[in-house]
This record gives sequence, structure tokens and C-alpha cells, in this order.
Amino acid sequence: MSTEAHVNHGSHAGHDRDGGVHATLGGYLIGFGLSAVLTAIPFWLVMSGVLGNKEATVVAVMAFAAVQIVVHMIFFLHMSPRSEDGWTMMALIFTLVMVLITLAGSLWVMYHLNTNMMPSHDMSRLP
Amino acid sequence: MDAPAKTTGAGQAASATPVFYLEDEHAHAGGGSTMLGFWIYLMSDCLIFACLFATYGVLGGSYAAGPAPKDLFDLPLVAVNTSMLLFSSITYGFAVLAMDKNRVGQMQAWLAITALFGAAFIGIELTEFAHMIHEGATPQRSAFLSSFFTLVGTHGLHVTFGLIWLGTLMFQVWQHGLIEANKRRLMCLSMFWHFLDVVWIGVFTFVYLMGVLR
Repeated sequence: MSTEAHVNHGSHAGHDRDGGVHATLGGYLIGFGLSAVLTAIPFWLVMSGVLGNKEATVVAVMAFAAVQIVVHMIFFLHMSPRSEDGWTMMALIFTLVMVLITLAGSLWVMYHLNTNMMPSHDMSRLP
Repeated sequence: MDAPAKTTGAGQAASATPVFYLEDEHAHAGGGSTMLGFWIYLMSDCLIFACLFATYGVLGGSYAAGPAPKDLFDLPLVAVNTSMLLFSSITYGFAVLAMDKNRVGQMQAWLAITALFGAAFIGIELTEFAHMIHEGATPQRSAFLSSFFTLVGTHGLHVTFGLIWLGTLMFQVWQHGLIEANKRRLMCLSMFWHFLDVVWIGVFTFVYLMGVLR
């Protein structure tokens, strides 16, 4: 209780660097170790092809990337729901929604467009 | 902290109340909102990369009978490149820790090492690009290659500007020392640098690893 009140007060007084989580050696080393492992595993999966299944490998690689992005956000970018009174988190969530709409929307629409445009030779057979 | 002092002051004299509002209004230190503003800039940059990723996702399979990712990408080289960027992230972290302890020399040394790793990343990427272009895989060859060079090139350009910024800040610190403004700038570059590493996670996953799988 008292620590929370102190953090809020500290960010207002302006003596804190950004009102967020402080950088520590342990935090950086944990982040680096996790990132190294989370990078090495997907490269190994693709280069060795141990899963034997393309779809499974794609899903695994994407899952490792998602986890590593979260690791970087927490340990390197020091994201926390409390920094800047929650405004950095709000901006991040808004951006993630926009990114999801951009990616999913583009891929979805263009996939269907390509699928429907596919039989072009049928069109030429028409008089 | 100073809330009890205010209540006792208000209890003694009613004139303390307007002073309370004035103090509260001007309590923000100079540059206090820079971090949030820079974060919002990074988020807008994130949208640029989202558009480029979406473009690559749509066009990444259009080879126009040209070379495919399997023929072009050298995964061991990409792994080395990825480790360069990851090492530069941790060394920048060490520089920030040295900055917190006001050890200027140590901080400058870590920043120089970060710059070396960043330069190595750019060097390897340019070598890869040169090799691809030499083999005829130019941006004009196919839609896949156009979107590939735009996405990866934009990331490389960001890292290049980060390096220029890093050099400028090292000179600033050498000239003016670790003043408050320089600390703020170094923290902004820290966010920029780690953000570029986050974008690279997307690049090596979606472009290189999934390209080879395609």
C-alpha cells in the first residue's frame, strides 16, 4: 500500500526518471538470457526441421516470437501498467489493436481476392 | 509525503489554500513528458512497420518466376545478425546502468561497444543485400523482393539513424557531461534501440524463418 502511494507520488514530483520500473542488472541479464534461448530455439526448429511438419513449425516459431516480444517489452523497454500513470500501456494497447487490424485485415482480404482471381484461364475461354 | 504539512498549514492559516493549487500546477519538471511523447512516436513507427509487414505478408509469395526465399536466405548469417542486435541491446542496457551510477567513462565504453555491434549488424545486412543484388535478386525482380527490401531496408535505415544518434549523444556527453538533458536523450535512444530489436524479432520470424518454410 505505502510503496504504491510512494511510486505515484514520485512520478508526480518529477525526481524519478520516467515513473516506471527501474533498470537493474538482474533484469537485463534475465531478459538477455530469455531472448537468447527464445531466438535460438526457433532457428534450430527451422534449420533442423525436427518437427517434420511445416504448419507445426510455423505455429511454434510464431509462438516463440510472441513470447520474446513480451520479454523485450518487460525487461528491456521496462513496460509496466504503472509507468506514466498507465498512459504508455494505453498507447501500446491501442497500437496493438491497430496492428492486428492492419495485418489480419490485409492478409484476410488479399487472400480471398487471390483465391477468387485464381482461375484466370477460365476467363479467356469465355467468348 | 508533504500532505501532512499541508493539512497543518491549512489548519493554521486559510491563505495556504491558493498556494497549494499554484504549487501543484507547476510541479512538473522540464522534459517530464518527453518519455511518454517518445513512446507515442515509437508506437506510430510501429504502425509503419505493421503496414510494411502486411505488404510483405500479401506480396511475399509473388516470386514472378524469380528466386524464392529458400534460394536467397542464408539462415546461419541471419542468426549471426540477430545475435549482433541482441548483444547491442544488452550492452546498451549496461550503458544505462552505468549512467544511473554516473560513471561517464564506463557508460561511454558501453555505448561504443553498442555502436560496434550495431555497425556489425548493418555491415552484415548490407553484405547480404549486395550478395542478393549481385545474384540478380534486385528490388525490381519481383513483388516479393520489392516488399522484402522495403521492410528489411526500412529497419536497417532505422538502425543506421540510431547509430548516428548514438554517435551524436556520445559527443554531447563528452562535451557537456551527464547533464539531465543528456540523460533524458540517452533514455529516449534506449527505448528506440530496444524497440528496433523488437521489430527485428518480427523480421527474422516472419521474413526469414517463415520464408524458408514457405
